[in-house]
Amino acid sequence: MKMLRGLLVPALALLLSGCDAVLLSPSGDIARQQRDLIIISVVLMLIIIVPVIVMILAFAWKYRESNKAAHAEYDPDWNHSTVLELLIWSAPLLIIIALGAVTWTSTHKLDPYRPVDQIDHARALAPNTKPLVVEVVALDWKWLFLYPEQGIATVNEMAAPVDRPIEFHITASTVMNAFFVPSLAGMIYAMPGMETKLNAVMNKTGDFEGISANYSGAGFSDMRFRFHSLSDADFQAWVAKAKASGTALGREDYLKLEQPSEKEPVHYYASVAPGLYNAILNRCVESNRMCMSDMMALDAQGGQGIVGTYNVTSLDAATRTRVGIADDKRYVGALCVASNAGGQPMTPAGRPL
Amino acid sequence: MNMPDLAKLIFGRLTLEAIPYHEPILIGTFIAVAIGGIALLALITKHKLWGYLWSEWFTSIDHKKIGIMYMVLGIVMLLRGFSDAIMMRAQQAIAFNGNPGFLPPHHYDQIFTAHGVIMIFFVAMPLVTGLMNYVVPLQIGARDVAFPFLNNFSFWMTVAGAMLVMASLFVGEFARTGWLAYPPLSGLAQSPDVGVDYYIWSLQVAGVGTTLSGINLIATIVKMRAPGMSMMKMPIFTWTSLCTNVLIVAAFPVLTAVLVLLSLDRYVGTNFFTNDFGGNAMMYVNLIWIWGHPEVYILVLPVFGVFSEVTSTFSRKRLFGYASMVYATVVITVLSYLVWLHHFFTMGSGASVNSFFGITTMIISIPTGAKIFNWLFTMYRGRIKFDVPMLWTVGFMVTFVIGGMTGVMLAVPPADFLLHNSLFLIAHFHNVIIGGVIFGLFAGINYWFPKAFGYRLDPFWGKVSFWFWLVGFWVAFMPLYVLGFMGVTRRMNHFEDPSLQIWFQIAAFGAFLIALGIGAFLVQLWVSYKRRDELRDVTGDPWHGRTLEWSTSSPPPEYNFAFTPVIHDMDAWWDMKERNAGRRLEGYLPIHMPKNTGAGIILAGLAFVFGFAMIWHMFLVAGLAFVALIVTAIGHTFNYKRDYHIPADVVARTEAARTEELAAHV
Repeated sequence: MKMLRGLLVPALALLLSGCDAVLLSPSGDIARQQRDLIIISVVLMLIIIVPVIVMILAFAWKYRESNKAAHAEYDPDWNHSTVLELLIWSAPLLIIIALGAVTWTSTHKLDPYRPVDQIDHARALAPNTKPLVVEVVALDWKWLFLYPEQGIATVNEMAAPVDRPIEFHITASTVMNAFFVPSLAGMIYAMPGMETKLNAVMNKTGDFEGISANYSGAGFSDMRFRFHSLSDADFQAWVAKAKASGTALGREDYLKLEQPSEKEPVHYYASVAPGLYNAILNRCVESNRMCMSDMMALDAQGGQGIVGTYNVTSLDAATRTRVGIADDKRYVGALCVASNAGGQPMTPAGRPL
Repeated sequence: MNMPDLAKLIFGRLTLEAIPYHEPILIGTFIAVAIGGIALLALITKHKLWGYLWSEWFTSIDHKKIGIMYMVLGIVMLLRGFSDAIMMRAQQAIAFNGNPGFLPPHHYDQIFTAHGVIMIFFVAMPLVTGLMNYVVPLQIGARDVAFPFLNNFSFWMTVAGAMLVMASLFVGEFARTGWLAYPPLSGLAQSPDVGVDYYIWSLQVAGVGTTLSGINLIATIVKMRAPGMSMMKMPIFTWTSLCTNVLIVAAFPVLTAVLVLLSLDRYVGTNFFTNDFGGNAMMYVNLIWIWGHPEVYILVLPVFGVFSEVTSTFSRKRLFGYASMVYATVVITVLSYLVWLHHFFTMGSGASVNSFFGITTMIISIPTGAKIFNWLFTMYRGRIKFDVPMLWTVGFMVTFVIGGMTGVMLAVPPADFLLHNSLFLIAHFHNVIIGGVIFGLFAGINYWFPKAFGYRLDPFWGKVSFWFWLVGFWVAFMPLYVLGFMGVTRRMNHFEDPSLQIWFQIAAFGAFLIALGIGAFLVQLWVSYKRRDELRDVTGDPWHGRTLEWSTSSPPPEYNFAFTPVIHDMDAWWDMKERNAGRRLEGYLPIHMPKNTGAGIILAGLAFVFGFAMIWHMFLVAGLAFVALIVTAIGHTFNYKRDYHIPADVVARTEAARTEELAAHV
């Protein structure tokens, strides 16, 4: 008995720690609603699963060959019952209709692209609340966060004011990752040349974990970051700290940062080159490279035809040496680079390089 | 041409550096495999078995022997795939608190990729195909499949694919991309080495075999059923096999095509899935899952058939709801093409697209649920004998409904946003693949083994194996469900949070229990062979079966049936027994049979050389192998000695021997 208790107590403690799991006790409103859905769907399905399991075991036990009492019921030719057939098709159907309705509404309500409409289940959002925009770039193998509103950038650490909606714009540099802060909201893929969005809000202050939830190569396991949910004052202090760090994130700095590295320590950038996120998203951080947005605009007009296939270039040797990039990567060259009034080169769409 | 160019043309990028002699685990494995292999070859040579193996097995076009060879392939590859699993479990159980474990990412990432690829393509597929190959012609009263040579060729192509995966262990390396090799990670820019090429060519070579085998079995089932066997009188296993092969023929070309596009990206510089020059990796993800989701049903539908046969036989009762079982199977077949997007809700499709695919996924649970109920009501008012196949079936039913439930949870898109790519997902699909496919395969192996070999498998060791597997499964994968809720992602090499470790240790212990289950299965094979005289089945019908395969002897003669049976009922053999329909004992005619040929193994050997040469950019060798492949294939069409007749008196003697044996054991 003592031994049994010795076994039971740790087992129970384990189970309880399991119930404490982050997905089941989230701190953000979106993750909470998603958690509720998990629970609703389990309960709905248990309505049918529990009786089925009970029946499997009961029938297997009752109609075992050695149970002579059940032999009287043996009916080798009984193989059809319209009532039962109707029941076995309609019972799961009803559950799925209920679950399907829940799915349809919740998928629309919790669409990651949809701005959040409440702080949490009890508090409505003040009208005209502007969400905090955070631009997220998954690099090999670290996370870069750009704060356009604050003009700062950070690596492997982010912060946001508690109870303020956050709008993430997410992309990647080379391979697919998934941006995931389990206690805040569900994940969404980070993909090169594409942007996904995630709207969420954190309801508790604290230090939370963020990870990449999609395998992306050798350094994947250490591709983690801290998510600090702070009061407004603390958030301002955090921004000030980043600003005080003094380093700037220019285009060449980004090209250097983009090179694969593992277990990258947290660092801050006081300022960010204008248009950097858009250049990353459109894969034209290099100054002589055509932005995907321009390429698509050209293609929409019929493209460049055969001539376009010659328009391939790469980063000049001097810049490569300066930045420390070994490979001579080829890409489509930018067209018609002209200068604007300030002497800055421009792309056809008029975006400064 | 100077020497280095010539060497490059012949050896491509293959150099001595490709031998991973700096990896102690691989060297150890290599030595063990080499010693084992040499011992096996020596034994075969000592017992002068080469001629026997060549003429009776390797060149055989008998569907029964090919079926058995598929099973052997699947079991051998199970050992490889499971070694990978044990290493992953061990790595994750110790890689905490700064301990990097014993597998660096470079090696670990190959292991989880190989584990997935091997378990799906070279364990589950051969085992399922092997069962279908062995059983379907017998169940429909046919003497072989529609295209016997094609069958042999398909098998050897699957072996060639498996050998390419095995070769990657000792020459070069395997992909480090995950089992579906998503680009851009699998593209040339991120994976310039041979790993992804091994992946591509092993699947392409094996895929030829799978597709052709699908065509073969469809033709067999559609055209070669015994007279009187209308579609709605086909045994359920034959029905599920038919649907499976329809799925194979419709889905595998998609895999072939998407892998061709990926190889074009890697070999000739196209940009289908690259980041630049207009490529789009999302297209790959869509295409591979348009194959990948039907693949899940390709694996599980045949074992649904096995469970139907087993439940009905061991409950000694007609299957409940035959018609609804058939409709459920067909509905699943069709719906399996409408759900692929649920594998990547998190890619950012709109809410309406996500809900559509979520709801179609849930709808599949309706026919699947109907099947569970049908098995349930087959047991109801039955007289159930708990032989080993039935134990696996009951174990399956309880385990599988849990896996089904977690599957539907993942089908709710917002819930999937939390659970996707987590260990919860891993637990879910092992729950349905082990709890469904593997349990079903063991049920099928225990059920049909006496038919194939003439003696039953030892029930004691069968039960030991079953309980270790069942308990091992629950112990290994329930912790993974919990870890999923703790926000732990798949494919991690090491961890920071020490509170997770205990769960990984429990899971590793579960994997150890499963290892004992596999060990017990091997012991079961050995013990049964030793005790084969006690376990002998002389009747051909050891379980009091219901379908035609039990009407012939165990093992069946090469021609299966001396007379083509005439079918009056869905449970044809049960019906014959009820009506006391005796065996016809005279009037034998010569039987027209296909003849053995070595063309299949030669073609597949050339395909292996071609694949290997392509992987290493040995383009001269690849070109020669390809030409040889085409020439051999054309040459084979001029082989007119492809059939023979078994004389009537030989048939008469074989059948008379069976009559005597039956009389001696009444």
